[in-house]
Amino acid sequence: MTRAVADELAVELRGFRRVQRLAYACAETVAARLEPGTTEREAARMQREWLRERGVRDWFHLPFAWFGDRTAFVNFRVPMQFFPTGRRLAPGMPFILDLAPVYEGYTADIGYSGSLGVNPVQDRLLADLEAHRELILREVRERRPLREIYAAVDRLMVRQGYANRHRAYPFGVIAHKVHRVRQRRWSPHVFGFGTQSLKGLASDALHGHREGWSPLWSPYRFSDHPPQPGLWAVEPHLGLRGTGAKFEEILVVTDSRDPEQSAFWLDDDPPWGSRRASEFERGGTRRWAEDR
Amino acid sequence: MTTLKDARERWVRTGGVELCVAELGDPDQPTVVLVHGYPDSKEVWSEVAARLAGRFHVVLYDVRGHGRSTAPRPLRGGFTLAKLTDDFLAVVDAVSPGRPVHLVGHDWGSVQSWEFVTVRRTEGRIASFTSMSGPSLDHFGHWINARVKRPTPRRVGQLLGQGARSWYVYLLHTPVLPELAWRGPLGTRWPKILERVERVPGGDYPTTSLPTDAAHGAWLYRDNVRSRLRRPRPDAYAHAPVQLITPLGDAFLSERLYDELERWAPRPTRRTLPAKHWIPRTRPDQLAAWITEFVTRVEGGRPEPTRPTGRYADRFGGQLVLVTGAGSGIGRATAFAFAESGARVVAVDRDAESAARTAELARLLGAPAAWAETTDVSDEHAMEKLAEKVTTEYGVVDVLVNNAGIGLSGSFFDTTPDDWRTVLDVNLWGVIHGCRLFGGRMAARGQGGHIVNVASAAAYQPSRALPAYSTSKAAVLMLSECLRAELADQDIGVTAICPGFVNTGITTTARFTGVDDEEQRRRQQRTARLYGLRNYPPEKVAEAILRSVVRNEAVVPVTPEARGAHLMSRFLPGALRRIARVEPKL
Repeated sequence: MTRAVADELAVELRGFRRVQRLAYACAETVAARLEPGTTEREAARMQREWLRERGVRDWFHLPFAWFGDRTAFVNFRVPMQFFPTGRRLAPGMPFILDLAPVYEGYTADIGYSGSLGVNPVQDRLLADLEAHRELILREVRERRPLREIYAAVDRLMVRQGYANRHRAYPFGVIAHKVHRVRQRRWSPHVFGFGTQSLKGLASDALHGHREGWSPLWSPYRFSDHPPQPGLWAVEPHLGLRGTGAKFEEILVVTDSRDPEQSAFWLDDDPPWGSRRASEFERGGTRRWAEDR
Repeated sequence: MTTLKDARERWVRTGGVELCVAELGDPDQPTVVLVHGYPDSKEVWSEVAARLAGRFHVVLYDVRGHGRSTAPRPLRGGFTLAKLTDDFLAVVDAVSPGRPVHLVGHDWGSVQSWEFVTVRRTEGRIASFTSMSGPSLDHFGHWINARVKRPTPRRVGQLLGQGARSWYVYLLHTPVLPELAWRGPLGTRWPKILERVERVPGGDYPTTSLPTDAAHGAWLYRDNVRSRLRRPRPDAYAHAPVQLITPLGDAFLSERLYDELERWAPRPTRRTLPAKHWIPRTRPDQLAAWITEFVTRVEGGRPEPTRPTGRYADRFGGQLVLVTGAGSGIGRATAFAFAESGARVVAVDRDAESAARTAELARLLGAPAAWAETTDVSDEHAMEKLAEKVTTEYGVVDVLVNNAGIGLSGSFFDTTPDDWRTVLDVNLWGVIHGCRLFGGRMAARGQGGHIVNVASAAAYQPSRALPAYSTSKAAVLMLSECLRAELADQDIGVTAICPGFVNTGITTTARFTGVDDEEQRRRQQRTARLYGLRNYPPEKVAEAILRSVVRNEAVVPVTPEARGAHLMSRFLPGALRRIARVEPKL
């Protein structure tokens, strides 16, 4: 990589990191404001308004909020069920906030799992997600086909005793690519997804179709290729009975030969991993992005 | 009184009668007062009392006019709820003057206990109340009124149902005849009737005082039922936490009676039991466990029911459930489903690590206790050791799920005798050992239970690709049916579950005969992929297992294809045979 390219990459990543931090700040703030009786719609609106006030005008997708057994997508059959409902939060209930703002042309897509009060099941799920985070990074660095990595994640989930809930997402994806987005004065969205971002995905899909790769990381044949350089929003989602937990953050994949540089988490903040695990041992409650 | 061993007796004099009171256990422990019903005496509790005496100060008394307590004179007007409340307070003041007691009532004991727990003057004297088969007459009155005032078809049905169940109440209101019957032929035949109709085990119960108990007790009905049902108290709110145990096979009381209980008792703990009316005689272990759990919870300051609770928490709470093959797939999902319903779970698997994982998650999901055991179900000695250990350390299993199984596919002529042995050892012998060892202990205990054998849709769907597997599963299906017939008399249900194509690890461990290793691996991956595309989750099978236990179903096909094949095996067997000839492309 030439220096100029490296610098450009660094600038780009800084932009993505900034919006990802903004997204986590939003999730934390909204999570702190959740109380018994809050509905999913209210939680989604809180996220939307908080980000609007801070200059977000476009979205990869509008914020989602899932409460209770909807965190594990129990009985989800049609995609419309992902949208926020009037379900009310109660003490001990798990929740997941999933938001993807576009800020200054950079996209973030994060997932934030927590619970109102103590929920030992979700704590366990979150602690066990660590292993998935490591597994995914390791196998991407090994340049294994995405479909095989998907299967490896699946096997680990089954061994841990959990159900694969990202299978419920459109195309069963565990990850999808995100891009820089051109900012327009008018940024409409269809079915919750920003048109600019969809355009990016569609053009990627077209290129990928010609070159034999796909911007969607799925269990299907079209994902039977090594990781494609770019930014991937990775979102493994575990479920145990009526409780679900996910993380979602951006994995940067480059074409570098150096394994360390070939793939890394956009915002790799080691303390949260160990602290999350240790906090679980102490039996306390934690939230996914507490330490960010 | 041979039935109450080591009981200390005392007499309490109150309102013109003398009550015979028996005490067991350490008086420093929390006091549990057991009140008997009609036509019973305090000895109805002998089995339960013996089980509670180790942890509590257990107090039983003969209600006035019953057992060895004297009867009021005249009888008419001597059995009003107010007088029964006087008796209760006198007993409580004598046995536990400084501390509120935990009240447990069955039948009329529960009816009068509802009065105790809803009147003002006992406030502070009752710490908790466990009710079985006896509603409050006031609540009953309101229940009837609500249905008479707004007679929707369903409500009318409920009213008529309970009306029919109450036939004996009408009879007891006729003068003299009941007394004559009880002192005459009915009194002598009653023990046999109980044994035959109500499945109450014989022995030293009922006691010899039965004819007088029953004759005097008729006044319980005559003095209270009409007046209370006509004018139920509007303020009959419980001032202590309530646990309600409902036997589902009760011939005298509909479970619908308690539909509006939440109005009278805040957040009651509900339990259900597949048993007939006389549960203190037929299910002492379960009652003692539930009473112990509830009393301990209330003493610890947590009267609310614990969360989280699955759909069948009222039924499986505190029960001991053993699942084989619990390290993955259907077994693991079943263990989780039972755990969510509050059952104690023993997770058995030949892989220690995955069994431990199942037990750990089961505890997180709400199992009060969960243990992992590493055992190969095909190993007779290991299974015997396991049964011994489980019985001594955790108790007799209430629900047994024989789930462990392996897959084997390939032509009959490629299947070696060793292949046959492996499949039959796990799939059939594993189930036989389970039923023999755990089912045997269940039957010996004589307090009901349930056995679930996981067979397969292959048990009735022939296939040229699965001769050995299908044979083993067909055997499991027939074994379950035969065992069901044999154990029906002992209230032990047996269910055969036929799942169909379920997305579990069985595809990756299944063996294919007559092919080399590489082809073996390829076929495993291919089947795993096909099962993955079918993607029927094991959680749904677990749900079907719990439901089948609750409903005591015989054969339960689960997936739509399993249900379809089951129907075809009855009505279109020829078509099934034609399907069996198709060789699946793998």
